Amino acid sequence: MIKDTVLQSLRELFPDPEPVVEEAAAESAEGDTAEDDKKKAAKKKVEPRVNGVIERDHAQYGYDIDVQLDPGELLAAVMILDKAGFFLECVTGVDWIKEEQLEAVYDFSRYDFDLCRVVVRTRTSRSEPKVPTISKIYPGAAWHERETHDFFGIKFDGHPHLVPLLLPEDADFHPLLKDFKP
Amino acid sequence: MSGPIHIQPGETFTLNVGPQHPATHGVLRVKMEMDGEYIVKAETVLGYIHRMHELMGENRTYPQVLPNLSRLDYLGALGYTHGHVLAVERAAGIEVPERAEYIRAITVELNRVASHLFWFGAFVMDLGGFTPLMYAIEDREYILDMLEAVTGSRLTYCYYRFGGLYNDIDDEFIDRARAFIPRMRKSLKKYDALVTGNIIFRKRLEGIGPISAEMCRKYGATGPVARGAGINFDVRKNEPYSVYPEFDFDVPVYDECDSLARYKVRMDEMEQSLRIIEQGLDKLPDGPIMPKKKPKLIKPPAGDYYQAVETARGSFGIRIVSDGTKNAYRFKLRSPTYSNMSLFDEACEGMMIMDALAMMGSLDLVIPEIDR
Repeated sequence: MIKDTVLQSLRELFPDPEPVVEEAAAESAEGDTAEDDKKKAAKKKVEPRVNGVIERDHAQYGYDIDVQLDPGELLAAVMILDKAGFFLECVTGVDWIKEEQLEAVYDFSRYDFDLCRVVVRTRTSRSEPKVPTISKIYPGAAWHERETHDFFGIKFDGHPHLVPLLLPEDADFHPLLKDFKP
Repeated sequence: MSGPIHIQPGETFTLNVGPQHPATHGVLRVKMEMDGEYIVKAETVLGYIHRMHELMGENRTYPQVLPNLSRLDYLGALGYTHGHVLAVERAAGIEVPERAEYIRAITVELNRVASHLFWFGAFVMDLGGFTPLMYAIEDREYILDMLEAVTGSRLTYCYYRFGGLYNDIDDEFIDRARAFIPRMRKSLKKYDALVTGNIIFRKRLEGIGPISAEMCRKYGATGPVARGAGINFDVRKNEPYSVYPEFDFDVPVYDECDSLARYKVRMDEMEQSLRIIEQGLDKLPDGPIMPKKKPKLIKPPAGDYYQAVETARGSFGIRIVSDGTKNAYRFKLRSPTYSNMSLFDEACEGMMIMDALAMMGSLDLVIPEIDR
């Protein structure tokens, strides 16, 4: 099973396993009942998620592995997935305005019948959002990163051509930021 | 016909294909640096009909976004609305009655045939053959009339609801769908005899426009583009959803990697869709089309949900990040042609311009779906 191998190699990116285990336990407890989930989500809304690897139920969430890491470790994780034969589904962002953070989300999936969807997330500060580009590994990411830069203003370090793709070429606004006013 | 050419720098000129060009099937622009008739470098320019559906998804409630989804891809709209209802049903935990799922599968497959038919006509017209378009449109019209009777619209359907359907199908629809299957099979034979063996058609497609499996993986290409490169990938089989596991159908795969392979994949897919429709009509259970218990206000619990479906153009994905309110916190649409088109810049380098345009046709582009 590819899921176990990928899980194994992704876990190696986190040398200090203490917070990871804690987070995973808290997450699985949350999933038990919907009400519990809501209560807890409301309580710790402003506290950003701790980095780590979480296994998700595919039927409930639509993906199997959920990884959050620092921007510095992003390339290492993507290289693991590239070696394992994953294809890049899409790249996008989420604006967590209450936590003063922007999140870049990378979706990976497989062509074979060994179903395993991996979501890689990385968070960066809202004032100076910077994430390394993965377009050197997956050239298809170039368009997705340009789109994410359009909508969120996340700067992809090392991107060969980071100009607006979907927005007008002189656009200096980022419409999907939560404090965007047209 | 094609082949590597020695390109002399400094002797190139820039050619703008589009934004208003019949071969791009919409407002798409490709800036091409040309050396004679050969492409040195191409840069696709997007965004001419960008409408920010993702922001609309954030400031409207879930049911209010439903009509938006069919405006993405006006040729295969039902596949996209299917993706949205499945995503919200997954997030909010809504049960769907079996009859509704069967009707969804039947209508999605009818829509897929209609989409492929239109692509077939337009693609052959790109290559200079006008007549097949007329035949294809006639068959497509039959499907559109049939769908119009149950959904109420011809192209931009809003037929599915969270948990079921807007409207049950009647006996007339079933009769017409049953009559359509032998008719379409006859037409497919006709198209094959009319087009597939045509010498001009083959010379323009065979061995031209190579897109390898590795390139598909690096760019995230899916659908007929990936299947024409020998990748056996179909979300209906790889990540089964709805009632597709109940159906017996094959995934056509060709490993020639050229434009002709992508043509063959789509032509074979129509036959497989007919098989699904046939089985769906045979197995169609009785029962309600909406669940008994359904929340009045849809508020999925906080979380991050993803749903992929196989549309006529490839794997379409929806990501819903919910914060527990009636609006989505983040609403991401992963459109298949966006990824399929992104490999065009690299794939067309060194090709002749008319071969590149034939390859562009074989990608089956729908521009509103790229720009969203």
